[in-house]
Amino acid sequence: MIQLKLTKALLGAEGAMHLEAAFEIQEGEFIALSGKSGSGKTTLLRILAGLEDADGSIQVSGKSWLEHTKKLPPQKREIGFVFQDYALFNNMTIEQNLLFVANDKKLAAHLLELSELDALKDRYPQSLSGGQQQRVSICRALMKRPKILLLDEPLSALDPTMRTKLQNELLTLHKEFNTTTIMVSHDPSEIYKLASRVIELENGKIIRDGAPKEILLKTQGSQKFSFEGELLEIKKVDVIYIAIVAIGQQLVEIVVSKEEQKQLKVGTKVTISTKAFQPTISY
Amino acid sequence: MIEILQNITFTPFIISFKLATITAFILFLFALPLAWYLSQTHSKVKPFIEAVTALPIVLPPSVLGFYILWAFSYDAPLGRFFEDIFGVKLAFSFTGLVIASCFYSLPFMVQPLQSGFESLNKNMLEASYIAGKSKFVTLFKVALPNIKPSLLTALIVTFAHTVGEFGVVLMVGGSIPSQTKVASVAIYDMVEMMDYTAAHIYSAIMLIISFVVLLGVYIFNAKATRRFGL
Repeated sequence: MIQLKLTKALLGAEGAMHLEAAFEIQEGEFIALSGKSGSGKTTLLRILAGLEDADGSIQVSGKSWLEHTKKLPPQKREIGFVFQDYALFNNMTIEQNLLFVANDKKLAAHLLELSELDALKDRYPQSLSGGQQQRVSICRALMKRPKILLLDEPLSALDPTMRTKLQNELLTLHKEFNTTTIMVSHDPSEIYKLASRVIELENGKIIRDGAPKEILLKTQGSQKFSFEGELLEIKKVDVIYIAIVAIGQQLVEIVVSKEEQKQLKVGTKVTISTKAFQPTISY
Repeated sequence: MIEILQNITFTPFIISFKLATITAFILFLFALPLAWYLSQTHSKVKPFIEAVTALPIVLPPSVLGFYILWAFSYDAPLGRFFEDIFGVKLAFSFTGLVIASCFYSLPFMVQPLQSGFESLNKNMLEASYIAGKSKFVTLFKVALPNIKPSLLTALIVTFAHTVGEFGVVLMVGGSIPSQTKVASVAIYDMVEMMDYTAAHIYSAIMLIISFVVLLGVYIFNAKATRRFGL
Protein backbone atom coordinates (compact mmCIF):
# COMPACT_ATOMS: atom_id res chain seq x y z
CA MET A 1 0.00 0.00 0.00
CA ILE A 2 1.15 3.51 -0.82
CA GLN A 3 0.24 6.48 1.34
CA LEU A 4 0.84 10.02 0.21
CA LYS A 5 0.47 13.37 1.90
CA LEU A 6 2.20 16.21 0.13
CA THR A 7 2.40 19.97 0.05
CA LYS A 8 4.49 22.14 -2.20
CA ALA A 9 4.34 25.75 -3.33
CA LEU A 10 4.12 25.93 -7.09
CA LEU A 11 4.00 28.46 -9.84
CA GLY A 12 1.00 27.25 -11.80
CA ALA A 13 -0.78 28.41 -14.92
CA GLU A 14 -2.54 31.16 -12.99
CA GLY A 15 0.20 32.41 -10.71
CA ALA A 16 1.31 30.97 -7.39
CA MET A 17 -0.59 28.00 -6.05
CA HIS A 18 -0.26 25.29 -3.48
CA LEU A 19 -0.05 21.63 -4.33
CA GLU A 20 -1.87 19.72 -1.63
CA ALA A 21 -2.55 16.07 -2.18
CA ALA A 22 -3.28 13.23 0.19
CA PHE A 23 -4.43 9.81 -0.95
CA GLU A 24 -3.84 6.11 -0.64
CA ILE A 25 -3.12 3.67 -3.42
CA GLN A 26 -3.72 -0.06 -3.27
CA GLU A 27 -1.14 -2.38 -4.76
CA GLY A 28 -1.80 -3.17 -8.40
CA GLU A 29 -4.09 -0.20 -8.97
CA PHE A 30 -3.96 1.67 -12.27
CA ILE A 31 -4.55 5.33 -11.53
CA ALA A 32 -5.11 8.05 -14.07
CA LEU A 33 -4.13 11.54 -13.01
CA SER A 34 -6.13 14.08 -14.95
CA GLY A 35 -6.76 17.79 -14.90
CA LYS A 36 -5.98 20.92 -16.83
CA SER A 37 -2.39 21.64 -17.73
CA GLY A 38 -0.64 23.48 -14.95
CA SER A 39 -2.74 21.81 -12.28
CA GLY A 40 0.25 20.02 -10.76
CA LYS A 41 -0.04 16.53 -12.26
CA THR A 42 3.50 16.25 -13.57
CA THR A 43 4.90 17.81 -10.40
CA LEU A 44 3.06 15.23 -8.31
CA LEU A 45 4.59 12.47 -10.43
CA ARG A 46 8.07 13.97 -10.16
CA ILE A 47 7.76 14.28 -6.38
CA LEU A 48 6.83 10.59 -6.25
CA ALA A 49 9.91 9.81 -8.32
CA GLY A 50 12.12 11.89 -6.03
CA LEU A 51 13.05 14.28 -8.82
CA GLU A 52 11.52 17.22 -7.01
CA ASP A 53 11.42 18.34 -3.40
CA ALA A 54 8.26 18.62 -1.37
CA ASP A 55 7.05 18.64 2.21
CA GLY A 56 5.00 15.76 3.55
CA SER A 57 5.28 12.02 3.61
CA ILE A 58 5.32 9.15 1.17
CA GLN A 59 5.07 5.62 2.55
CA VAL A 60 5.46 2.72 0.16
CA SER A 61 4.67 -0.67 1.68
CA GLY A 62 6.04 0.34 5.04
CA LYS A 63 9.12 2.10 3.69
CA SER A 64 9.46 5.85 3.95
CA TRP A 65 10.33 7.67 0.72
CA LEU A 66 9.67 11.12 2.07
CA GLU A 67 9.48 12.27 5.67
CA HIS A 68 8.95 15.97 6.16
CA THR A 69 11.53 17.36 3.69
CA LYS A 70 13.98 14.48 4.00
CA LYS A 71 13.70 12.47 0.82
CA LEU A 72 15.01 9.17 -0.40
CA PRO A 73 16.99 9.82 -3.60
CA PRO A 74 15.44 8.60 -6.88
CA GLN A 75 18.20 5.98 -7.14
CA LYS A 76 16.88 4.21 -4.04
CA ARG A 77 13.17 4.30 -4.90
CA GLU A 78 11.83 1.31 -6.74
CA ILE A 79 10.16 3.16 -9.57
CA GLY A 80 9.91 3.15 -13.31
CA PHE A 81 9.33 6.44 -15.08
CA VAL A 82 8.16 6.95 -18.64
CA PHE A 83 8.74 10.46 -19.95
CA GLN A 84 6.61 12.19 -22.55
CA ASP A 85 9.68 12.65 -24.75
CA TYR A 86 10.92 9.05 -24.26
CA ALA A 87 14.35 10.17 -22.91
CA LEU A 88 16.16 7.08 -24.17
CA PHE A 89 19.94 6.81 -23.91
CA ASN A 90 20.96 7.69 -27.46
CA ASN A 91 24.45 6.26 -27.12
CA MET A 92 23.12 2.75 -26.42
CA THR A 93 21.26 0.24 -28.54
CA ILE A 94 17.69 -0.67 -27.63
CA GLU A 95 18.83 -3.77 -25.76
CA GLN A 96 21.60 -1.87 -24.00
CA ASN A 97 19.05 0.74 -22.91
CA LEU A 98 17.17 -2.00 -21.08
CA LEU A 99 20.24 -3.76 -19.71
CA PHE A 100 21.64 -0.48 -18.37
CA VAL A 101 18.77 -0.41 -15.88
CA ALA A 102 19.17 -4.03 -14.79
CA ASN A 103 21.48 -6.63 -16.23
CA ASP A 104 18.72 -9.17 -16.72
CA LYS A 105 18.94 -10.52 -20.26
CA LYS A 106 15.96 -12.83 -19.83
CA LEU A 107 13.60 -10.08 -18.70
CA ALA A 108 14.88 -7.75 -21.44
CA ALA A 109 14.25 -10.39 -24.09
CA HIS A 110 10.80 -11.08 -22.67
CA LEU A 111 9.81 -7.41 -22.62
CA LEU A 112 11.13 -6.80 -26.12
CA GLU A 113 9.18 -9.79 -27.37
CA LEU A 114 5.96 -8.63 -25.68
CA SER A 115 6.24 -5.25 -27.35
CA GLU A 116 7.34 -6.68 -30.71
CA LEU A 117 10.69 -4.93 -30.55
CA ASP A 118 13.03 -7.93 -30.62
CA ALA A 119 13.92 -7.34 -34.27
CA LEU A 120 15.07 -3.82 -33.41
CA LYS A 121 17.15 -4.63 -30.33
CA ASP A 122 20.50 -3.79 -31.95
CA ARG A 123 19.34 -0.49 -33.43
CA TYR A 124 19.95 2.94 -31.88
CA PRO A 125 16.98 4.96 -30.53
CA GLN A 126 17.31 7.77 -33.08
CA SER A 127 16.56 5.39 -35.93
CA LEU A 128 13.20 4.36 -34.41
CA SER A 129 9.78 5.94 -34.82
CA GLY A 130 8.16 7.81 -31.93
CA GLY A 131 5.86 4.92 -31.12
CA GLN A 132 8.72 2.44 -31.13
CA GLN A 133 10.82 4.70 -28.91
CA GLN A 134 8.00 5.03 -26.41
CA ARG A 135 7.61 1.24 -26.28
CA VAL A 136 11.32 0.95 -25.55
CA SER A 137 10.89 3.56 -22.84
CA ILE A 138 8.04 1.60 -21.25
CA CYS A 139 10.08 -1.63 -21.39
CA ARG A 140 13.04 0.17 -19.87
CA ALA A 141 10.90 1.46 -17.00
CA LEU A 142 9.79 -2.11 -16.22
CA MET A 143 13.32 -3.56 -16.19
CA LYS A 144 13.81 -2.84 -12.50
CA ARG A 145 10.51 -4.59 -11.67
CA PRO A 146 9.41 -1.33 -10.03
CA LYS A 147 6.97 -1.00 -7.14
CA ILE A 148 5.35 1.94 -8.92
CA LEU A 149 5.29 2.73 -12.60
CA LEU A 150 4.90 6.43 -13.34
CA LEU A 151 3.80 7.52 -16.81
CA ASP A 152 3.85 11.20 -17.73
CA GLU A 153 1.49 11.62 -20.70
CA PRO A 154 3.27 8.73 -22.36
CA LEU A 155 1.13 8.57 -25.48
CA SER A 156 0.29 12.21 -26.10
CA ALA A 157 2.95 12.68 -28.78
CA LEU A 158 1.71 9.76 -30.87
CA ASP A 159 -0.89 9.48 -33.61
CA PRO A 160 -4.30 7.94 -32.78
CA THR A 161 -3.59 4.50 -34.29
CA MET A 162 -0.29 4.15 -32.47
CA ARG A 163 -1.99 5.37 -29.30
CA THR A 164 -4.61 2.66 -29.42
CA LYS A 165 -1.95 0.04 -30.05
CA LEU A 166 0.18 1.21 -27.15
CA GLN A 167 -2.85 1.47 -24.86
CA ASN A 168 -3.46 -2.22 -25.48
CA GLU A 169 0.17 -2.96 -24.84
CA LEU A 170 0.13 -1.03 -21.57
CA LEU A 171 -2.92 -3.04 -20.56
CA THR A 172 -1.15 -6.31 -21.41
CA LEU A 173 1.95 -5.29 -19.48
CA HIS A 174 -0.09 -4.17 -16.50
CA LYS A 175 -1.94 -7.50 -16.44
CA GLU A 176 1.30 -9.45 -16.60
CA PHE A 177 3.41 -7.47 -14.11
CA ASN A 178 0.57 -6.10 -11.97
CA THR A 179 2.67 -3.03 -11.26
CA THR A 180 0.97 -0.21 -9.40
CA THR A 181 0.69 2.44 -12.08
CA ILE A 182 0.04 6.16 -12.08
CA MET A 183 -0.47 7.74 -15.47
CA VAL A 184 -1.00 11.38 -16.36
CA SER A 185 -3.53 11.55 -19.17
CA HIS A 186 -6.01 13.92 -20.75
CA ASP A 187 -7.71 11.45 -23.01
CA PRO A 188 -11.03 10.18 -21.55
CA SER A 189 -11.12 7.07 -23.74
CA GLU A 190 -7.58 6.23 -22.73
CA ILE A 191 -8.40 6.69 -19.05
CA TYR A 192 -11.57 4.64 -19.36
CA LYS A 193 -9.75 1.84 -21.11
CA LEU A 194 -6.76 1.58 -18.81
CA ALA A 195 -7.44 3.02 -15.40
CA SER A 196 -9.31 1.57 -12.46
CA ARG A 197 -9.39 4.92 -10.71
CA VAL A 198 -9.22 8.56 -11.70
CA ILE A 199 -7.85 11.38 -9.61
CA GLU A 200 -8.60 14.83 -10.96
CA LEU A 201 -6.50 17.80 -9.94
CA GLU A 202 -7.34 21.45 -10.15
CA ASN A 203 -4.97 24.19 -9.01
CA GLY A 204 -2.97 21.68 -7.04
CA LYS A 205 -5.93 20.18 -5.15
CA ILE A 206 -7.74 16.92 -5.69
CA ILE A 207 -11.26 17.77 -6.78
CA ARG A 208 -12.50 14.33 -7.71
CA ASP A 209 -11.38 10.79 -6.97
CA GLY A 210 -13.25 7.71 -8.06
CA ALA A 211 -13.97 5.10 -10.70
CA PRO A 212 -13.62 6.28 -14.31
CA LYS A 213 -17.28 5.51 -14.92
CA GLU A 214 -18.44 7.90 -12.23
CA ILE A 215 -16.09 10.68 -13.18
CA LEU A 216 -15.96 10.52 -16.93
CA LEU A 217 -19.56 9.81 -17.89
CA LYS A 218 -21.15 13.23 -17.87
CA THR A 219 -24.76 12.18 -17.46
CA GLN A 220 -26.92 14.27 -15.21
CA GLY A 221 -30.56 13.72 -14.39
CA SER A 222 -32.35 11.43 -16.77
CA GLN A 223 -30.46 12.35 -19.93
CA LYS A 224 -29.42 9.40 -21.99
CA PHE A 225 -27.09 11.19 -24.31
CA SER A 226 -24.95 14.10 -23.42
CA PHE A 227 -22.08 15.67 -25.32
CA GLU A 228 -20.00 18.66 -24.54
CA GLY A 229 -19.07 20.86 -27.45
CA GLU A 230 -18.17 24.34 -28.55
CA LEU A 231 -20.79 26.60 -30.07
CA LEU A 232 -19.35 27.87 -33.34
CA GLU A 233 -22.18 29.80 -34.97
CA ILE A 234 -25.93 30.52 -34.84
CA LYS A 235 -27.62 30.90 -38.25
CA LYS A 236 -31.12 32.09 -38.98
CA VAL A 237 -32.80 29.90 -41.57
CA ASP A 238 -36.27 31.10 -42.55
CA VAL A 239 -38.12 31.11 -39.23
CA ILE A 240 -35.84 28.89 -37.20
CA TYR A 241 -32.36 29.20 -35.80
CA ILE A 242 -29.62 26.61 -36.28
CA ALA A 243 -26.66 26.32 -33.94
CA ILE A 244 -23.46 24.78 -35.28
CA VAL A 245 -21.66 22.89 -32.51
CA ALA A 246 -18.26 21.17 -32.65
CA ILE A 247 -18.25 17.93 -30.66
CA GLY A 248 -14.79 16.44 -30.78
CA GLN A 249 -13.85 16.24 -34.44
CA GLN A 250 -17.42 16.45 -35.66
CA LEU A 251 -19.74 19.37 -36.44
CA VAL A 252 -23.45 19.04 -35.77
CA GLU A 253 -26.48 21.24 -36.40
CA ILE A 254 -29.04 21.77 -33.66
CA VAL A 255 -32.34 23.55 -34.08
CA VAL A 256 -32.88 26.20 -31.43
CA SER A 257 -35.79 28.50 -30.79
CA LYS A 258 -35.65 32.28 -30.96
CA GLU A 259 -35.70 32.54 -27.15
CA GLU A 260 -33.00 29.89 -26.72
CA GLN A 261 -30.63 31.49 -29.18
CA LYS A 262 -30.74 34.75 -27.21
CA GLN A 263 -29.15 32.98 -24.23
CA LEU A 264 -26.42 31.28 -26.23
CA LYS A 265 -23.06 32.84 -26.85
CA VAL A 266 -20.83 31.84 -29.74
CA GLY A 267 -17.49 30.41 -28.57
CA THR A 268 -18.73 29.01 -25.26
CA LYS A 269 -19.00 25.40 -24.10
CA VAL A 270 -22.46 23.90 -24.49
CA THR A 271 -23.99 20.56 -23.68
CA ILE A 272 -26.07 18.73 -26.25
CA SER A 273 -28.37 16.13 -24.77
CA THR A 274 -31.46 14.19 -25.61
CA LYS A 275 -33.88 12.14 -23.60
CA ALA A 276 -37.15 12.12 -25.42
CA PHE A 277 -36.23 9.96 -28.35
CA GLN A 278 -35.05 6.43 -28.63
CA PRO A 279 -31.62 6.85 -30.16
CA THR A 280 -30.43 4.59 -32.91
CA ILE A 281 -26.85 3.58 -33.45
CA SER A 282 -25.38 3.22 -36.87
CA TYR A 283 -21.94 2.55 -38.31
CA MET B 1 65.40 23.55 -50.47
CA ILE B 2 66.25 20.22 -48.87
CA GLU B 3 69.40 21.74 -47.49
CA ILE B 4 67.46 24.55 -45.89
CA LEU B 5 65.03 22.10 -44.31
CA GLN B 6 67.90 20.02 -42.95
CA ASN B 7 69.40 23.03 -41.27
CA ILE B 8 66.23 23.89 -39.43
CA THR B 9 65.72 22.48 -35.98
CA PHE B 10 62.22 21.28 -35.20
CA THR B 11 62.70 21.13 -31.44
CA PRO B 12 60.35 24.11 -30.85
CA PHE B 13 57.54 22.17 -32.55
CA ILE B 14 58.17 19.15 -30.38
CA ILE B 15 58.10 21.37 -27.27
CA SER B 16 54.87 23.00 -28.47
CA PHE B 17 53.13 19.65 -29.02
CA LYS B 18 54.43 18.19 -25.78
CA LEU B 19 53.16 21.24 -23.92
CA ALA B 20 49.78 21.11 -25.68
CA THR B 21 49.31 17.38 -25.07
CA ILE B 22 50.14 17.59 -21.37
CA THR B 23 48.00 20.71 -20.95
CA ALA B 24 44.99 19.15 -22.71
CA PHE B 25 45.30 16.03 -20.56
CA ILE B 26 45.58 17.86 -17.23
CA LEU B 27 42.84 20.33 -18.16
CA PHE B 28 40.48 17.52 -19.17
CA LEU B 29 40.82 15.90 -15.74
CA PHE B 30 40.26 19.23 -14.02
CA ALA B 31 37.61 20.73 -16.32
CA LEU B 32 35.37 17.67 -16.61
CA PRO B 33 34.04 17.78 -13.03
CA LEU B 34 33.95 21.59 -13.16
CA ALA B 35 31.93 21.67 -16.41
CA TRP B 36 29.59 18.96 -15.08
CA TYR B 37 29.08 20.88 -11.84
CA LEU B 38 28.40 24.13 -13.70
CA SER B 39 25.91 22.44 -16.01
CA GLN B 40 23.94 20.88 -13.14
CA THR B 41 24.00 23.53 -10.45
CA HIS B 42 21.54 26.33 -9.77
CA SER B 43 23.81 27.76 -7.11
CA LYS B 44 24.31 31.50 -6.76
CA VAL B 45 28.09 31.13 -7.13
CA LYS B 46 27.71 29.74 -10.67
CA PRO B 47 28.01 33.09 -12.52
CA PHE B 48 31.01 33.94 -10.35
CA ILE B 49 32.81 30.71 -11.28
CA GLU B 50 31.82 31.13 -14.92
CA ALA B 51 33.22 34.65 -15.02
CA VAL B 52 36.52 33.56 -13.46
CA THR B 53 36.75 30.64 -15.90
CA ALA B 54 36.18 32.91 -18.90
CA LEU B 55 38.71 35.54 -17.80
CA PRO B 56 41.62 34.20 -19.91
CA ILE B 57 39.57 34.86 -23.06
CA VAL B 58 39.30 38.59 -22.46
CA LEU B 59 42.44 39.34 -20.44
CA PRO B 60 45.45 40.46 -22.46
CA PRO B 61 48.02 37.62 -22.37
CA SER B 62 50.51 40.05 -20.90
CA VAL B 63 48.26 40.65 -17.88
CA LEU B 64 47.75 36.93 -17.39
CA GLY B 65 51.48 36.33 -17.92
CA PHE B 66 52.37 39.04 -15.43
CA TYR B 67 50.15 37.61 -12.68
CA ILE B 68 51.38 34.11 -13.35
CA LEU B 69 55.01 35.25 -13.19
CA TRP B 70 54.27 36.96 -9.91
CA ALA B 71 52.56 33.83 -8.59
CA PHE B 72 55.61 31.75 -9.55
CA SER B 73 58.03 33.97 -7.65
CA TYR B 74 59.33 32.97 -4.22
CA ASP B 75 57.28 35.79 -2.67
CA ALA B 76 53.99 34.15 -3.67
CA PRO B 77 52.58 31.00 -2.00
CA LEU B 78 52.49 28.94 -5.23
CA GLY B 79 56.10 29.65 -6.16
CA ARG B 80 57.28 29.10 -2.59
CA PHE B 81 55.35 25.81 -2.36
CA PHE B 82 56.90 24.40 -5.54
CA GLU B 83 60.40 25.55 -4.64
CA ASP B 84 60.31 24.36 -1.02
CA ILE B 85 58.57 21.04 -1.61
CA PHE B 86 59.75 20.00 -5.07
CA GLY B 87 62.79 22.20 -5.47
CA VAL B 88 61.42 23.45 -8.78
CA LYS B 89 61.68 27.04 -9.95
CA LEU B 90 58.49 27.57 -11.95
CA ALA B 91 59.40 30.74 -13.81
CA PHE B 92 61.22 30.09 -17.08
CA SER B 93 60.79 26.31 -16.80
CA PHE B 94 58.71 23.78 -18.73
CA THR B 95 56.69 22.88 -15.62
CA GLY B 96 55.87 26.56 -15.24
CA LEU B 97 54.77 26.66 -18.87
CA VAL B 98 52.38 23.75 -18.31
CA ILE B 99 50.78 25.47 -15.30
CA ALA B 100 50.51 28.77 -17.18
CA SER B 101 48.97 27.03 -20.20
CA CYS B 102 46.39 25.34 -17.96
CA PHE B 103 45.19 28.76 -16.85
CA TYR B 104 45.38 30.22 -20.33
CA SER B 105 43.42 27.39 -22.03
CA LEU B 106 40.95 26.66 -19.22
CA PRO B 107 37.89 28.29 -20.89
CA PHE B 108 38.52 26.40 -24.11
CA MET B 109 38.12 23.12 -22.24
CA VAL B 110 35.35 24.09 -19.82
CA GLN B 111 32.99 25.94 -22.14
CA PRO B 112 32.44 23.29 -24.88
CA LEU B 113 32.00 20.59 -22.21
CA GLN B 114 29.59 22.73 -20.19
CA SER B 115 27.45 23.67 -23.18
CA GLY B 116 27.49 20.02 -24.28
CA PHE B 117 26.21 18.92 -20.87
CA GLU B 118 23.64 21.71 -20.79
CA SER B 119 22.26 20.69 -24.19
CA LEU B 120 21.58 17.15 -22.96
CA ASN B 121 17.96 16.19 -22.40
CA LYS B 122 17.47 16.56 -18.62
CA ASN B 123 14.98 13.70 -18.68
CA MET B 124 17.68 11.40 -20.03
CA LEU B 125 19.87 12.09 -16.99
CA GLU B 126 16.86 11.71 -14.69
CA ALA B 127 16.04 8.40 -16.35
CA SER B 128 19.52 7.26 -15.40
CA TYR B 129 19.06 8.34 -11.77
CA ILE B 130 15.73 6.53 -11.65
CA ALA B 131 17.47 3.47 -13.07
CA GLY B 132 19.48 3.59 -9.84
CA LYS B 133 22.68 5.00 -11.30
CA SER B 134 24.76 7.49 -9.33
CA LYS B 135 25.75 10.90 -10.68
CA PHE B 136 29.24 9.52 -11.32
CA VAL B 137 28.02 6.56 -13.40
CA THR B 138 25.54 8.83 -15.19
CA LEU B 139 28.34 11.24 -16.10
CA PHE B 140 30.55 8.58 -17.63
CA LYS B 141 27.97 6.17 -19.08
CA VAL B 142 25.25 8.55 -20.25
CA ALA B 143 26.34 12.19 -20.31
CA LEU B 144 29.85 11.94 -21.79
CA PRO B 145 29.05 9.43 -24.58
CA ASN B 146 26.18 11.66 -25.67
CA ILE B 147 28.31 14.77 -26.05
CA LYS B 148 31.11 13.23 -28.14
CA PRO B 149 31.27 16.19 -30.56
CA SER B 150 31.60 18.65 -27.65
CA LEU B 151 34.19 16.43 -26.01
CA LEU B 152 36.28 16.29 -29.17
CA THR B 153 35.91 20.03 -29.73
CA ALA B 154 37.05 20.73 -26.18
CA LEU B 155 40.13 18.50 -26.47
CA ILE B 156 41.20 19.63 -29.91
CA VAL B 157 40.55 23.33 -29.41
CA THR B 158 42.44 23.26 -26.10
CA PHE B 159 45.32 21.50 -27.80
CA ALA B 160 45.33 23.89 -30.77
CA HIS B 161 44.92 26.94 -28.58
CA THR B 162 47.89 25.90 -26.44
CA VAL B 163 50.03 25.33 -29.54
CA GLY B 164 48.98 28.77 -30.71
CA GLU B 165 49.62 30.70 -27.49
CA PHE B 166 52.32 33.32 -27.62
CA GLY B 167 52.14 36.15 -25.11
CA VAL B 168 51.84 34.07 -21.97
CA VAL B 169 54.57 31.59 -22.94
CA LEU B 170 56.91 34.39 -23.88
CA MET B 171 56.45 36.08 -20.51
CA VAL B 172 56.39 32.97 -18.33
CA GLY B 173 58.76 30.72 -20.25
CA GLY B 174 61.09 33.16 -21.90
CA SER B 175 62.80 31.73 -24.92
CA ILE B 176 65.23 29.12 -23.65
CA PRO B 177 66.16 26.80 -26.56
CA SER B 178 65.19 23.13 -26.07
CA GLN B 179 63.39 24.01 -22.83
CA THR B 180 60.77 26.68 -23.17
CA LYS B 181 61.17 27.93 -26.72
CA VAL B 182 57.93 26.86 -28.39
CA ALA B 183 57.14 27.19 -32.11
CA SER B 184 55.26 30.49 -31.87
CA VAL B 185 58.07 32.11 -29.89
CA ALA B 186 60.64 30.66 -32.29
CA ILE B 187 58.89 32.36 -35.21
CA TYR B 188 58.96 35.66 -33.32
CA ASP B 189 62.71 35.25 -32.75
CA MET B 190 63.28 34.39 -36.42
CA VAL B 191 61.43 37.48 -37.61
CA GLU B 192 63.38 39.61 -35.13
CA MET B 193 66.63 38.21 -36.55
CA MET B 194 65.24 38.72 -40.08
CA ASP B 195 65.55 34.99 -40.86
CA TYR B 196 62.48 35.10 -43.10
CA THR B 197 63.08 31.72 -44.79
CA ALA B 198 62.87 29.85 -41.50
CA ALA B 199 59.93 32.02 -40.39
CA HIS B 200 58.12 31.17 -43.61
CA ILE B 201 58.64 27.42 -43.18
CA TYR B 202 57.62 27.49 -39.51
CA SER B 203 54.57 29.61 -40.20
CA ALA B 204 53.47 27.42 -43.10
CA ILE B 205 53.75 24.30 -40.94
CA MET B 206 51.68 25.95 -38.19
CA LEU B 207 49.07 27.07 -40.70
CA ILE B 208 48.71 23.63 -42.29
CA ILE B 209 48.56 21.77 -38.98
CA SER B 210 45.97 24.17 -37.57
CA PHE B 211 43.81 23.89 -40.65
CA VAL B 212 43.96 20.09 -40.82
CA VAL B 213 43.09 19.79 -37.12
CA LEU B 214 40.08 22.10 -37.42
CA LEU B 215 38.92 20.41 -40.62
CA GLY B 216 39.11 17.06 -38.84
CA VAL B 217 36.97 18.34 -35.96
CA TYR B 218 34.28 19.70 -38.26
CA ILE B 219 34.14 16.53 -40.36
CA PHE B 220 33.83 14.39 -37.25
CA ASN B 221 31.12 16.61 -35.78
CA ALA B 222 29.10 16.49 -38.99
CA LYS B 223 29.30 12.68 -38.97
CA ALA B 224 28.43 12.39 -35.28
CA THR B 225 25.46 14.69 -35.76
CA ARG B 226 24.13 12.47 -38.49
CA ARG B 227 24.64 9.28 -36.52
CA PHE B 228 23.25 10.30 -33.14
CA GLY B 229 20.98 13.06 -34.35
CA LEU B 230 22.48 15.20 -31.61
